[in-house]
Amino acid sequence: MDVDFKTVEFLDAGGVLQRELPPDLRSRDALLKLYRAMLLARIFDRAAINLQRTGAMGTYASCEGQEAMGAGLGMAMREDDVFVPYYRDIATQFQRGVRLEEILLYWGGDERGMCYQDQPEDFPISVPIASQSCHAVGVAYALKYRRQNRAVVTTCGDGATSEGDFYESINVAGVMKLPVVFMVNNNRWAISVPLSKQTAAKTIAHKALAVGIDGYRVDGNDPIAVFHVLGEALAKARDEHRPSLVEALSYRLCDHTTADDANRYRDKQEYETARALEPLIRYKAYLQAEHGWSEDDDKGLYGECDAQVKQAITVYKNMPDQQPGEFFDHMFVSPTRDLQQQKKEWLAERKRHG
Amino acid sequence: MAEYTLVEAVTLALAFEMRHDDSVVVLGEDVGVNGGVFRATDGLLKNFGEQRVIDTPLAESVIVGMAIGMAAQGLKPIPELQFMGFIYPAVDQIINHVARLRNRTRGRLHCPMVIRAPFGGGIHAPEHHSESTEALFAHMPGVRVVIPSSPGRAYGLLLAAIRDPDPVIFLEPKRIYRYGKQKLEDNGEALPLDSCFVLRDGLYVTLVSWGASIKETLEAASQLAPMGIDAEVIDLATISPLDMDSIIDSVSRTGRCVIVHEAARSCGVGAEIAARLAGEAITSLLAPVMRVTGFDTIMPLYRHEEDYLPGVNRIIDAVKASMEYR
Repeated sequence: MDVDFKTVEFLDAGGVLQRELPPDLRSRDALLKLYRAMLLARIFDRAAINLQRTGAMGTYASCEGQEAMGAGLGMAMREDDVFVPYYRDIATQFQRGVRLEEILLYWGGDERGMCYQDQPEDFPISVPIASQSCHAVGVAYALKYRRQNRAVVTTCGDGATSEGDFYESINVAGVMKLPVVFMVNNNRWAISVPLSKQTAAKTIAHKALAVGIDGYRVDGNDPIAVFHVLGEALAKARDEHRPSLVEALSYRLCDHTTADDANRYRDKQEYETARALEPLIRYKAYLQAEHGWSEDDDKGLYGECDAQVKQAITVYKNMPDQQPGEFFDHMFVSPTRDLQQQKKEWLAERKRHG
Repeated sequence: MAEYTLVEAVTLALAFEMRHDDSVVVLGEDVGVNGGVFRATDGLLKNFGEQRVIDTPLAESVIVGMAIGMAAQGLKPIPELQFMGFIYPAVDQIINHVARLRNRTRGRLHCPMVIRAPFGGGIHAPEHHSESTEALFAHMPGVRVVIPSSPGRAYGLLLAAIRDPDPVIFLEPKRIYRYGKQKLEDNGEALPLDSCFVLRDGLYVTLVSWGASIKETLEAASQLAPMGIDAEVIDLATISPLDMDSIIDSVSRTGRCVIVHEAARSCGVGAEIAARLAGEAITSLLAPVMRVTGFDTIMPLYRHEEDYLPGVNRIIDAVKASMEYR
């Protein structure tokens, strides 16, 4: 059987709209909300890299180039849906109430960066590759069990689709008809390994065929297309318990993390080509051509987002430290005798040696 | 009052809690229509339906992984891993997520679940079906490890494990799944976690064991009594965290300790108990702490599994050596 998954696109590479806008995006406000989510992620991302480079934060996984899929996904999700993310999802997380300073705290070595004070149900970032796919399946099961009209979205990279957990999860979602959407950020690189070494499948979307769920391909640099496809996939998940796998095509315009140097393994020409197709330039061109967006407007929004990021950095830098030995306190709902004893010893030691 | 085997007591506890708490769900391979390969979930599908008794695909990692998502949403999932030998694909989920979710989110999300798995040798099972690797899990901060050794303790400890808001690895000694019946009232009364059970009072030596080896340990104590060696027998029951207070209390009276476990000797749970006794009760000890254990070998296939398992004679010899130590 030869199946093709046509890539869904709304904007072409130059930012020209190719088809009618999805109904929910037919207002300037909605379109600007998408842009703001992308811009905030870009500004935050660059600031975070600077914090790492200047020693004010630990290793950080950048999301440069992935802003459109994050923004489109964040807007497509309902507030009461549940997000089970990996580590290039800040554009979505910020829209869902995760505080900017929480992301800084997390990469800055502080567990409070996973507390998500304004987001009670979403999972924290998952580092072990594809392990989160399994959690999303369980969350989806619970939502369906309680007969709630809600859905789960989980994300991962293209490399993660080689993991057993990914396959086990899409398979279970299909068998149990669960309200879950698996969105794969196909940014072509898993650290230094290109997609050609991950799979012989024609596309990642084709992996949906193996487990009998719906597959989609979407231009992940086009936030309108991502919003549209995720909206459709989420509606099917919520209303019909039909899971789907969405392959969002993009390119990692950054190193894997700040501990990586992509120049060691990546062709400069390939990078330059991808850079020209990046999401923000394209979307701005569209707003300028079709919605009267001016350079002054752009500067204004940039300043607004930049101020928000600076404010978060201030909060991050001035955050009082955790209580001494707090790392003992959250292992169980109440500490075991051994943990109480070990904490006591640790505190006494600290007192002796300062 | 009806009598139950250990495996029937497991079923009884599962059914009790499912009747009283609709957030409890059971999932795993063959747990539904077949009632589990050891019948531990027998009858649950009929009573509670397929939404709560879930026959999953054959995929251990997602069985535990999806239980994490369920738990984070307030369900109380009880994943069954068919044999301990097949739990390892799920170890990534256990160590990286089950054990960590509460700590990572400072309690915003947590992981109330009971991961059940039959373990241990002695039933002439095929390769990979007979090992005892409880120490692997005892070494993971953030999970409890509980092992019952009688129908009554299986019932009471499993109820406690399900009701605990944190994850419990509940390992069931399959060699004694059907060894003897015990009168049980199905009254939903839980037993305390994190506590040993003194099964026999004694004056001269403390025998510490858990799981199926409790059977040989009690038998050894009976045979030692006519020789004038009055042995106290402690069922550890919760492997992690250890109830050292109870063990030290006993050893401070007897002065001697022999630890019996089926698992390989090196870095076994016995090593931790011995180290703790050396650190916290050395002045009470009249003899070195002895260990009667499996060996640091691959568990032999069934023709020779008895060579590996700690038998009554080995336990008696170790106790005598402890008594004769000068």
